[in-house]
Amino acid sequence: MHLERATPASRDIQLMATCLCDAFFDDVAQATVEVLEHLGCTVEFPEDQTCCGQPAFNAGDWNASRKVVRHGLSVFKGDKPVIVPSGSCAAMNFHGALLEFEKEPDLPAVQQMAGRTWELADYIVNGLGVTEWPGKFPHRVALHRSCHLRGTPSGEAALTLLNSIEGIEVVPFGEAEQCCGFGGAFSVSFPNVSKAMGQLKVEHILEVQPEYLAALDMGCLLHIGGIIDKENKGLPRLHLAQILRDALKG
Amino acid sequence: MVSPKTFQQIDKTARDMERGVHDSIHNGAKVTSEKRYATLWHDYPDPDKLRELAGKIKQHTLEHLDEYLPKAEAALKGNGAQVHFASDGDKANEIILKIMQQNGCKKMVKSKSMVSEEIHLGPYLEKNGMECLETDLGEFIIQIDDDHPSHIVKPIIHKNRRDVAKSFEREGLGDYNDDPETITRRARQFLRHKYLEADVGLTGGNFVSAESGRIVLITNEGNARFCMAATKIHIAVIGIEKLVPSDRDLALYLNLIARSGTGQQLTVYSQFINGPKAPNQPDGPEQMHVIFLDNRRTDVLASDCREILRCIRCGACLNVCPVYRQAGGHAYRSVYPGPVGAVLSPLLAGSRFPELADLPKASSLCGACNEVCPVNIPIPDLLLRLRDKGKREHAKAASAGTPPMGMYALLASQPHAWRGAMVMGKTVDYAPQALMNIVPAAQAWTSVRKLPPWRGGKFRHWMKSRNKAG
Repeated sequence: MHLERATPASRDIQLMATCLCDAFFDDVAQATVEVLEHLGCTVEFPEDQTCCGQPAFNAGDWNASRKVVRHGLSVFKGDKPVIVPSGSCAAMNFHGALLEFEKEPDLPAVQQMAGRTWELADYIVNGLGVTEWPGKFPHRVALHRSCHLRGTPSGEAALTLLNSIEGIEVVPFGEAEQCCGFGGAFSVSFPNVSKAMGQLKVEHILEVQPEYLAALDMGCLLHIGGIIDKENKGLPRLHLAQILRDALKG
Repeated sequence: MVSPKTFQQIDKTARDMERGVHDSIHNGAKVTSEKRYATLWHDYPDPDKLRELAGKIKQHTLEHLDEYLPKAEAALKGNGAQVHFASDGDKANEIILKIMQQNGCKKMVKSKSMVSEEIHLGPYLEKNGMECLETDLGEFIIQIDDDHPSHIVKPIIHKNRRDVAKSFEREGLGDYNDDPETITRRARQFLRHKYLEADVGLTGGNFVSAESGRIVLITNEGNARFCMAATKIHIAVIGIEKLVPSDRDLALYLNLIARSGTGQQLTVYSQFINGPKAPNQPDGPEQMHVIFLDNRRTDVLASDCREILRCIRCGACLNVCPVYRQAGGHAYRSVYPGPVGAVLSPLLAGSRFPELADLPKASSLCGACNEVCPVNIPIPDLLLRLRDKGKREHAKAASAGTPPMGMYALLASQPHAWRGAMVMGKTVDYAPQALMNIVPAAQAWTSVRKLPPWRGGKFRHWMKSRNKAG
């Protein structure tokens, strides 16, 4: 499901901030820009961007989803790498969209976009060849393995970066391969199963007493965080980009 | 915490499940998943490469079924077997009944066969005056309980030994005793006589080599062998997708299926059946009949979900699936539960697709099923394709509880409106909801989770202000 891309990747990039960062998690998008700029990237943020189309794609409304994807294609023009601080939105670009455009005449445009889309950690480690991160982050961090990283190099890349930070302790927890239960519309249409999955995930994470929960996808963190907050468990969440940015400051 | 309201049957089943049943399923699935992982990764440096290869060989076989099926037929006939083709379940049942009637048979012993469940063979034979006894311990318990299997490999994963002990006591198979060894001993004692009394042994087939016509059967109880030991006739009813090109390929599949299904290196018994009793052999069935069943498999082959026919029925996707672990197999209302069932069952349902169109929705699309599948079926992709099909065909079961996407798509393709909605999100209700696609069911979200504060437009503002400053 993951495409081979030319490396080293260009540092002249377009940022796809994702709708969740647009609506809720502005600091994640901001941290992403700061991290990319630290790496010497020139960040272009196409103003007309909205969403990758994943909500409708997963819900089965491919007509609606294609409409949104087509809008995205018109916004992210050119051949700069498209950097996405979300495993699932990136996978929408390089996998999901290919599925729903299989029989569409504009499939080549989707393929072109797929071929230059990178999830953030994958871009840093495999696109730019950066495997060591400067600064300090003296905390215990549990890293949630977001499902859309399966079959991509992003999970390994994130671990490489985190483990290279001075002072950090990445703590493993039980049943890490299990989904948190978000799944977009799934969390709404199957609320009881979703809840049970989320609570199981939270139990496993809290068991190892981390100071922070980290992930590469704000969808997962919206869901896991929502349960943590509803149950007043008080565990703060950070996107990988925020840890990298904070390490630079530390 | 109050259980959230739900419109989906699988979600309801999970919500209403008794704790004890839930724990049996959850723990059983989890433990087997862990065993699978340990065995595969202990024995092979890169099991994923094996899964990919096994997937390719199966896919190749399916795409050349028009060549391999006649080849298998010829080889089977050469071995002395009689070959039948059944276009659907009714035809297969008729063929089986006819074989029994023509040979004056009354009693059948049956080794576990998913296909016979699929075509409802047991009830059909009983209706026609035949006795049909399940001999796989789990299936035997299902039969005496008048229950349905809830797992492909472990049909009674939803029961515990106390449940089984009660059933045995009720059926007059001894006093209450929930010691597994005692239960097994009692079942064995009961079944041994039945094997001797039976005229026909019915099995499925895990693999059929097109090259040699060898049928491969794997079991852990040896019951498939007993079904053929004393009976005059062996009938194997097999889906047309069970072919592999040659005997050589079996090494790969036998090594994968046991490790994937139960975490064993090999199952206890692997049988290679080369035909009926040869003249110089003292025992064995005098007749062997092989029934190749289509039952809409060629329709599936012609669809954009054909990869699902690679499935070798190991059950690994059920065990790893977080939804299966919460809802169990009965929730899927079909013979094939779990992720594989969520794809296969609606497809095999034909015109009854709308009734099972909710099955492909019962997934967070986490991809764990794909990751463990010994034939590397891209199950999440197939679930998505069936979601699209359900939507296009207006299947009500599929759309129940899923928010409509029209408003979201409209907003997300109009950048000015989108930016406005971002800033206005706090006051305009539809904005955040359309974004998160929780329009009619915001309550379903917030009854178990909190939403973070709305910060729409903040990032755009920051980006703009520093561009100006720069």
